[in-house]
Amino acid sequence: MGKRPLSPEAAAVLAMSRSGLSRRRLLQVAGITGVAATAAACGAGSGGGGTASSSGAAPEPAPVQDLSDSEKFLNWANWPLYIDVNDETGAYPTLEAFTAATGITVNYTEDINDNNEFFAKVRAQLESGQSIDRDIVVLTDWMAALWIQSGFAVKLDKSSMPNAANLLPNYIDVSFDPGREYSLPWFSGFGCLGWNKALLQEALGTDTLTSLSQMWDPKLKGRITLLSEMRDTMGVIMAAQGADPSNFTDDQFQAGIAELQAQIDSGQVRQVAGNDYVAALETGDVIAVIGWSGDMFQLGEDFGVGLPDTGGMLWTDNMLIPSVATHKKNAEAVMNYYYDPKVAAEVAAYVQYVSPVNGAKEAMAAIDPALADNQWIFPNEATLDNSYVFMTLTPEQDIAYQREFQKAIGM
Amino acid sequence: MPALAPVAGGAKVSVGAGVQRRARTAYLLLLPGIAWLGLFFVVPLVSLFFTSLQSPTGTPGVYQPGFEAANYLTAISDYWPQFVKSFIYSGIATVLALVIAYPLAYFIAFKAGKWRALLLVLVVAPFFASFLLRTYAWRTILADEGFITSTLNALHLLPEGRILNTPIAVITGLSYNFLPFMILPLYAALERIDPRLIEAAGDLYASPFTGFRKVVWPLSLPGVVAGTLLTFIPASGDYINATLLGSPQDRMVGNAIQINFLQFRDYPVASALSFILMAIIPALVFVYIRRAGTEDLV
Repeated sequence: MGKRPLSPEAAAVLAMSRSGLSRRRLLQVAGITGVAATAAACGAGSGGGGTASSSGAAPEPAPVQDLSDSEKFLNWANWPLYIDVNDETGAYPTLEAFTAATGITVNYTEDINDNNEFFAKVRAQLESGQSIDRDIVVLTDWMAALWIQSGFAVKLDKSSMPNAANLLPNYIDVSFDPGREYSLPWFSGFGCLGWNKALLQEALGTDTLTSLSQMWDPKLKGRITLLSEMRDTMGVIMAAQGADPSNFTDDQFQAGIAELQAQIDSGQVRQVAGNDYVAALETGDVIAVIGWSGDMFQLGEDFGVGLPDTGGMLWTDNMLIPSVATHKKNAEAVMNYYYDPKVAAEVAAYVQYVSPVNGAKEAMAAIDPALADNQWIFPNEATLDNSYVFMTLTPEQDIAYQREFQKAIGM
Repeated sequence: MPALAPVAGGAKVSVGAGVQRRARTAYLLLLPGIAWLGLFFVVPLVSLFFTSLQSPTGTPGVYQPGFEAANYLTAISDYWPQFVKSFIYSGIATVLALVIAYPLAYFIAFKAGKWRALLLVLVVAPFFASFLLRTYAWRTILADEGFITSTLNALHLLPEGRILNTPIAVITGLSYNFLPFMILPLYAALERIDPRLIEAAGDLYASPFTGFRKVVWPLSLPGVVAGTLLTFIPASGDYINATLLGSPQDRMVGNAIQINFLQFRDYPVASALSFILMAIIPALVFVYIRRAGTEDLV
């Protein structure tokens, strides 16, 4: 970016229209409206809490009839800008090709903006076995885990999904769904370090961040942000302390919280932000961040992105079929279709996140060789070895750890 | 309700029937308002109250009806710093808004002449943009490399070297966002003051300052009270300014409510927090109005 942007918001919008859109990139802008949605959700939440309370534990949902054979149709809820879009017509090319090949139409909606919020919205129906009018939902690992543990997702029929075998081996045995019986990854990304090269050079005399301890350098005081997503921030901190974020003890978590608390109390950390840290990086208010790889990659040459040498976090968003879905077979057909390497590459070229599909890299070489070599879309062994998937928590642990985390960051 | 008074007075039957009919009409006209308030204010409030007394079942996010008064203790003991911060920030923001708004309202009421209407529209104009966008804009205005911050830094006036993500930014944002709520009631009160009273004060050898102190200020008090309340009350429940402009040290009670609802799924404590906030504000308002010595609110 040669010229100084008008404002971070305007710059974000311009960057999106220029470079194609990614989900997290949009959220940075959508975050503005997101807060309003949050406020609305607060209002709705009280009713939800009331309903849930009267039922106590979740009742066993009645078996749902699969209408796939009579209705060539399904509903798919995904995150915004997380699939290939024809920028002129607004159509989804890969989905249209799917419909042409199978005769199944897909009602694709971008109505998941936040794991917790989405869950709050559909939870009462899931508990009482009522339809949520969605046959595929896409949720981040830990939320997918909660759905599977609570019985809100159904097992996939892999016999009708030959392409599911294209799942890259390192995704198969995740702790919340060993063997991937309930879920298939949609895309992944890294929780890693990001920085403004010029400003970092000025402050620390280097244009590369390789460790978290560099972020704690007093010269960066008040110029760094962390992610409000507990798993990414705490994972990076614990890894830097020598703990294994995919298998840690309470004491190790506490040690991580203590370090976080110290950095917050000293004013080293300027803000613990959701999606809007990118704007602060672009204006130069912030020099270094714990952020998401896709965002950093899209910021371009002037910004650096890398895993800390002690390890970064790998998160994945997963496709699940809700227990109350009425078009299971159609949903499986769609999932199978997106595990065709060519289709996967087509989507990855657009969304620029990590594809979990084996063979997509080779298919990508035909579309755009530069993207096929990109570490943040097709990470190599070394990158994957240096990243952790956050340990699966029980709902009780999740809340307890969230409380510790929020307390440390000012609540 | 003057229309109802004659009924109680026992007027002649023929007249009374007409009055009764009118009374019925009055009630009928009230119905939509009552239904609206009942459905969207009383019912949620009652539901919120019962939620605030629910007790945990052991499963996170699932609660059962109960009389768990401990939720209120938890809310206070865990979040009293956020309560204190909320009231300090919104208190300062209110005073700041009053200091900014009073001269402006005075000018519009007494000096603006034919520009009055235009100026009033300009006061309200920022409200055409979303609250969130306006708050977001302050991030650009107060950015480290921005004009304001770099100027103040050049004068070595900023201890932390920045404004954004400090309490100053949160208070500035609160003042700005609720400023029209201060200006409009002040204007309404000032505009009603008869300018001849000020002239009379001058004729009686009051200096302009004494004239203001003895005549204008007391007569504008209803506007001051209304304006400060309309600013203070929403400001103390606000969490957007703290989220977008503050740092982790600057969270307010609104943030605590939001986090409890959405992150912890702890609906009872979030409801208890809301109720405590709802109880503290009227208490503060009551004391304030008693001290301000006026119940003649605009």
